[in-house]
Amino acid sequence: MDLAQAVLVVMWAGLTLYALLAGADFGGGVWDLLSGRSRTGMGRRRLIETSIGPVWEANHVWLIFVIVLLWTAFPAVFASVMSTLYIPLTLAALGIVARGTAFAFRKAATELWQQRLFGAAFAVSSVLTPFCLGTVAGAIASGRVPPGLARGDILAAWLNPTSLLSGVLALMVCAYLAGAYLCDDATRAGHPGLAEWFRVRALAAALAIGAVALGGMVVLRSDAPPLFSGLTHRALPLVVASAVFGVASLLLLYRRAYLPGRIAAMLGVVAVMWGWPLAQYPLMLLPSLTYDRAAAEPAVLAATLVVIAAGSLLVVPPMVWLFAVQRRSLRDAGTPE
Amino acid sequence: MGAWQSVLSAAGPASPADLIAARMQMAVSLGWHIVLACLGVGMPALMLLVEWRAIRTGDADYRRLAHQWAKAIGVLFAAGAVSGTVLSFEMGLLWPGLMGAYGQVIGVPFATEGVAFFVEAVFLGIYLYTWDRLPPRVHLLTGVPVLLAGTASAFFVVCANAWMNRPQGFVLSGGVARQVSPWRAMFNPAVPHETLHMIVAAFMTTGFLVAGVYAAGMLRGRRDRYDLLGFLVPFTMAALLTPVQILVGDFAGRSVATLQPTKLAAAEALFRTQARAPLSIGGLVSGDRLRYALEIPAGLSLLMGGSPDTVVQGLDRVPPADRPPVAIVHLAFDAMVGAGFLLLLLSAWLGVTWWRRRGLPRSPWFLRLAAVSGAVAVLAVEAGWTVTEVGRQPWTVYGHLRTSDAVNPAPALWTGFVVVALVYAVLTVFTLYVLRLIRWSERPVAPQEPDRAPGPGVS
Repeated sequence: MDLAQAVLVVMWAGLTLYALLAGADFGGGVWDLLSGRSRTGMGRRRLIETSIGPVWEANHVWLIFVIVLLWTAFPAVFASVMSTLYIPLTLAALGIVARGTAFAFRKAATELWQQRLFGAAFAVSSVLTPFCLGTVAGAIASGRVPPGLARGDILAAWLNPTSLLSGVLALMVCAYLAGAYLCDDATRAGHPGLAEWFRVRALAAALAIGAVALGGMVVLRSDAPPLFSGLTHRALPLVVASAVFGVASLLLLYRRAYLPGRIAAMLGVVAVMWGWPLAQYPLMLLPSLTYDRAAAEPAVLAATLVVIAAGSLLVVPPMVWLFAVQRRSLRDAGTPE
Repeated sequence: MGAWQSVLSAAGPASPADLIAARMQMAVSLGWHIVLACLGVGMPALMLLVEWRAIRTGDADYRRLAHQWAKAIGVLFAAGAVSGTVLSFEMGLLWPGLMGAYGQVIGVPFATEGVAFFVEAVFLGIYLYTWDRLPPRVHLLTGVPVLLAGTASAFFVVCANAWMNRPQGFVLSGGVARQVSPWRAMFNPAVPHETLHMIVAAFMTTGFLVAGVYAAGMLRGRRDRYDLLGFLVPFTMAALLTPVQILVGDFAGRSVATLQPTKLAAAEALFRTQARAPLSIGGLVSGDRLRYALEIPAGLSLLMGGSPDTVVQGLDRVPPADRPPVAIVHLAFDAMVGAGFLLLLLSAWLGVTWWRRRGLPRSPWFLRLAAVSGAVAVLAVEAGWTVTEVGRQPWTVYGHLRTSDAVNPAPALWTGFVVVALVYAVLTVFTLYVLRLIRWSERPVAPQEPDRAPGPGVS
């Protein structure tokens, strides 16, 4: 493996973690939106709030990590993507701002109308951000971001069938991940009623994802033929794996085996996340920009890997501790139903 | 490496209006973030100081302060984290010409900053979440990495800015950076003065801002020991740092004189290269002259070289197209220095009365000024940052890349600026409102805080 490949793998691992952790947070916001009126939804919103609480917004660190790696290791790709797709990316950035602050403000607010206002901002931006990030993925995957500064069409690049498909799928996957997490969290906190509410909805989300993904293959076949052929050939094992994990997680959730269901859901997302780059490897930007031609110089790649290695030693142990603290307190305290 | 050429060829030059929009958007979002970043660096120091006093003395007032400030940090950190995320987006959304050509040169300081920020976020989560779950001393220790990592991330990110002022660690060939040596780029000669000046500014700003909140409360009649401590601890930290900052500022000025003489000339509105260069305060820039300024003869030469015969380079050494907008830079520089000396006087006032009779000055004007000292310190930070950034114009990478070539050539950046400005305006209103709520409530408000955990000793 050369240095550029190593950085690529690390970067994608970071993006996968962002999808899993922040994805669940975004999904929490989606369920917050669907939790019903103030009084009936209170218990659900409390549960969502508690399970997001301690690691809240720390998850965006993963996104910053990926962005910094992209501009350091593949500056040409970064400049092309950001300049052509500045509209959905600006919207995603504003969504991140609105979400993070509204979540904090809602907790501090004392009046019901304020809580409603901040809650609405939190929920709406939780929908906007993953959708926009999904359209960005679709734009890159369908070859609509040519190398160069703002060389692509600033509207059609992300308003097209593949982008809309991946935007919707991203949103639904976030909701599903969160639903699976929340079933598990509610059970641990001793609220089977809440778990049941989320279970039914997570199951519905899973079925919807399956339908959209199947229909999506038809869209990709006509709208993004290179991606389609990659997904049906080289990346086929991962596509199949994601389908298998998805079905497994659905069945596990149906049988109320929440923890295994949650793990299967995560594995399904991981399979999709790695299927995409495998489908277009070694291209980073279609039609012809390969990762090795886009890569920074070896000295930069080596320095970056050194920083990441040293950083992991500093970050991983306290991170494990933080997760442990969160798990324990969720179990100890419980949440009011 | 053929990809580089295609990246550098843009779709078309950005319109002048879009260039201004991009610069304004960066100014709004960075100007916002810099205040939160200062608090993110400085607040943990205050929080740990009072928590440490609380553990040592068992004093309930210190404990209550520690808890209040931890809550504020929870909210501020959230706002700072997300506004920082936006900035990392904007580096590419607004300045793809910079990032495409030089992203690999300045990537490493940003990557290290990312690590530091990560450490800060994780330990802050642990700290806020374990108020009553860990022995007090262990809990205090979990806050130490928050302070260290916050300071470190300020250092790293300012290293990247220092590189834009003093680019090195690469060879330019065909408009592309090659033979990159990332560590040499990171540790460039502008690092010592820029990082030191910024980090001291962060602690000072925090001190005056927090003290200002309690000064305002005392003016309204809240004069318990709790309020007095809430004022004195941060004010003392800031007051002790103010003279230090003025010395650091002098060091920074002399470094800029060597590294970026044009920036210094703009800050001082010195048009003619000369010995016995005057120190000009205020005045109006018209054409190639500064009028109506208060001039200290040979003052600048004395400050820069210790002798009136020191020759100071003026703006006449660079062609007009390579000069920064002098009026803005000079005004911002005077505002920064003026604010610094105002804060020094205020600090000295308290120092004198405390030394004489261990008490606050009796004049209500002291508290009135102290209440706005935070705003003055923020003004100094924003003005100082304007000197650095506007003083570097028309360059984004000094001497190598013009801002007009760094900007995103995509159309309609204006719309984005308007939307972003509106969002930040709303955000400012709500942040201030929520911080006010925190002052009067004993409820847990930081999202990381569990609802059931009353702060230790809060009664």
